[in-house]
Amino acid sequence: MAKDMSKKKIAIVGGGISGLLATIKVCELGGEVDLFSYCPVKRSHSLCAQGGINACMDTKGEHDSIYEHFDDTVYGGDFLADQIAVKGMVEAAPKLIKMFDRMGVPFTRTSEGVLDLRNFGGQKHKRTCFAGSTTGQQILYALDEQVRRWEVKGSVHKFEFWEFIRIIKNREGICRGLVAQNMNTMEIRAFRADTVILATGGPGQVFGRCTASTICNGSAVSAVYQQGAEIANPEFIQIHPTAIPGSDKNRLMSEACRGEGGRVWVYKDGKPWYFLEEMYPAYGNLVPRDVASRAIYKVCVHMGLGINGENRVYLDLSHIDSGYLERKLGGILEMYSEFVGQDPRKVPMEIFPSVHYSMGGIWVDRVHNTNIPGLMASGECDYQYHGANRLGANSLLSAAYSGTVSGPEAMKWAKTGNKGSELSDADLEAARREVQNEYDKILTMNGSENAHKLHHEMGDLMYKYVAIERDNNGLDACLVELKKLLKRWNDIGITDHSPVANQEAMFVRQLRNMILYAMAITKGARMRDESRGAHAKIVLENGKQKHDKDGELVFMGRDDERFMKITIVNYDPKTEEPIVTYRDFDHSLIKPRARNYAVAKKE
Amino acid sequence: MAEKVRFIIERQDGPNDKPYNQEFDVDYRPGLNVVAALMEIQKNPVTVDGKRVAPVTWECNCLEKVCGACMMVINGRARQACCALVDEIKKPIHLAPARTFPVIRDLLIDRSVMFESLKKIQGWVELDGSWDVKDAPIQNPYTAQTAYEISHCMTCGCCLEACPNVGPQSDFIGPAPTVFSIFTRSENLTRPNVLTRLWKRAALPVAATVKIASKFAPNLSSLQLTSRS
Repeated sequence: MAKDMSKKKIAIVGGGISGLLATIKVCELGGEVDLFSYCPVKRSHSLCAQGGINACMDTKGEHDSIYEHFDDTVYGGDFLADQIAVKGMVEAAPKLIKMFDRMGVPFTRTSEGVLDLRNFGGQKHKRTCFAGSTTGQQILYALDEQVRRWEVKGSVHKFEFWEFIRIIKNREGICRGLVAQNMNTMEIRAFRADTVILATGGPGQVFGRCTASTICNGSAVSAVYQQGAEIANPEFIQIHPTAIPGSDKNRLMSEACRGEGGRVWVYKDGKPWYFLEEMYPAYGNLVPRDVASRAIYKVCVHMGLGINGENRVYLDLSHIDSGYLERKLGGILEMYSEFVGQDPRKVPMEIFPSVHYSMGGIWVDRVHNTNIPGLMASGECDYQYHGANRLGANSLLSAAYSGTVSGPEAMKWAKTGNKGSELSDADLEAARREVQNEYDKILTMNGSENAHKLHHEMGDLMYKYVAIERDNNGLDACLVELKKLLKRWNDIGITDHSPVANQEAMFVRQLRNMILYAMAITKGARMRDESRGAHAKIVLENGKQKHDKDGELVFMGRDDERFMKITIVNYDPKTEEPIVTYRDFDHSLIKPRARNYAVAKKE
Repeated sequence: MAEKVRFIIERQDGPNDKPYNQEFDVDYRPGLNVVAALMEIQKNPVTVDGKRVAPVTWECNCLEKVCGACMMVINGRARQACCALVDEIKKPIHLAPARTFPVIRDLLIDRSVMFESLKKIQGWVELDGSWDVKDAPIQNPYTAQTAYEISHCMTCGCCLEACPNVGPQSDFIGPAPTVFSIFTRSENLTRPNVLTRLWKRAALPVAATVKIASKFAPNLSSLQLTSRS
């Protein structure tokens, strides 16, 4: 072979912001990347991030500080994030923005021509850099071009329309490669790699309708979970307060709407009731997402005050100058008009909370190694940085930052790690054959169930029991139902037997992974007997939900004594069930204090 | 009985097979769009004649009109299927693949040629490195706004499907990549060799190209010819 064999080969799965930045870092360090993606990387889900990216630029005369960003993130995450890791991220943030600026990301400018900043939830200072209302798209496109540059130089080999199926371990249990399948030709192939980085995004599709793209199914994460990777904090699922409900998907209406002055209200006694402003006077409409979602849910479901009795509230921009709106939010307002048929510059939008982001994911250390040597995770698919709730505009930041950490670390492992034995050609073929057999078996399934209908049922289950409000009765019931679904999966019947682009067979395989991940989420929620961030659990009394004397639901409090710990979920191959344990983490820098957005934050 | 919407779909089993039409009925509901209707067909792939068939194959990701994946020809016009609301289009609804590109199966097409064009244009910034170097220069907000508009192109291929100058008869790479190369990412980063490289391959007046892009490309409708055309 004429190829330079001394070059290190890193396999990166996922071409969103985290995967692309990791790719660039690996190339800069002289490595070669095999980049796997469900789609052309330019169509990755990172482009759905609308509102912006947080970094302490302090250009608004507000005396913002990196410490303040640090504290907001830890406090917003209800003290469940590793503080050393968060500190690293917020310190790097301004440098990352300058790098994106140099790459040509068209950030929105002030009249003087410097980067503009906007408000975002859970933060009292203007700290969010943005490119109109399509910040994720703009950052992704700039990175896409940079990766294309490395592709032309020969350092990046793209495998677009390839689905990651599983990792390959050597006999010492070290990850040395992966198996993937071409989604158009259906070819299954095994690949060698010195390090594998998963940057496969979140598991939104486990909930059926969500704000995520159809490709965000968590299948890759579940696959490595079944191969021994630990999952951390899966129960922390962010419900975004403002989404346009839809039968095919819930479309995100950016938090930037609230950041730019949008007000949330419903009619009460015939008059508009700005309930967030009344309930949380200090932050008003800018409370963090978990707080806003629970308030909207309460107003609609428990008080029956939703618009026309339905689960909807108003998000109102109509009082703001339309030229200003066009400049700051044009893209998403057009999107609303297009999908709903009403102009949000003139009439209030109708919105309701939707599943949006997973704070939990694959457990990683501070440099993004998983518990399986040679396997790393980066971006939303890892659990780092956000604790029990993520602040708006911290996701683009964590996606970018994690890529700048995982890339160099992958090279370090490739050069100096104890990688054990090489995979032989026979090892590769054995791994490929196993996946091929599984796939061939799916093609012969001739039961009575339809995979897409099962998926729909799973989404309904997860929304019913594991969304905004949870209780142990519901969570127990959900686990029983999920096990039934897993059994019914065996009775799926395939209608498509085509050897070309067989999306149905691939979906059947993904669905099984999704059900197993749903079980991990539910079990994590069942075992955590407290409320923290996005996880809110109702107290049971005599087997029923407890109400106080005013008829309000009683929630469990935060229990730092028992639960200021990371949930660790391991897969039990015998029972196929999740096993939950807890692990301590570093919270040495900021002492935990009660989280209360009705009053200004105290440090 | 719920109101039904009739879809006539041009299908093709593989890259070298002959196309054929199949008809499906989908239950109407308010806000129904073409992708949501295709998802319903997936759950119950039975034609109007009661024949159980393989589900229709197509590509989609975001369903918010930002990823560009679900472009197809709907009632004769190339557009994103996710925002094609059933209420707003003529029935029965005809779906076909964008045949400017090779068809892989049904509505699924191979648009790799567009990404190959981006490789040829080399419109990226020659970054020294992704490490800390310096601040980016201050930028005229008007230029930044123009760059932002251009940068919305999601490489969906609508404008190539619509453009009569794209096809086997010419080397023209299509309106979208051309516009992308005319307006580089910011003023200070303009590199003339981008244009030189491009015009060797494609001679079409810039104005006409921009006109096609702004008429057919879904996210470039506000595009105007500005200072550097």
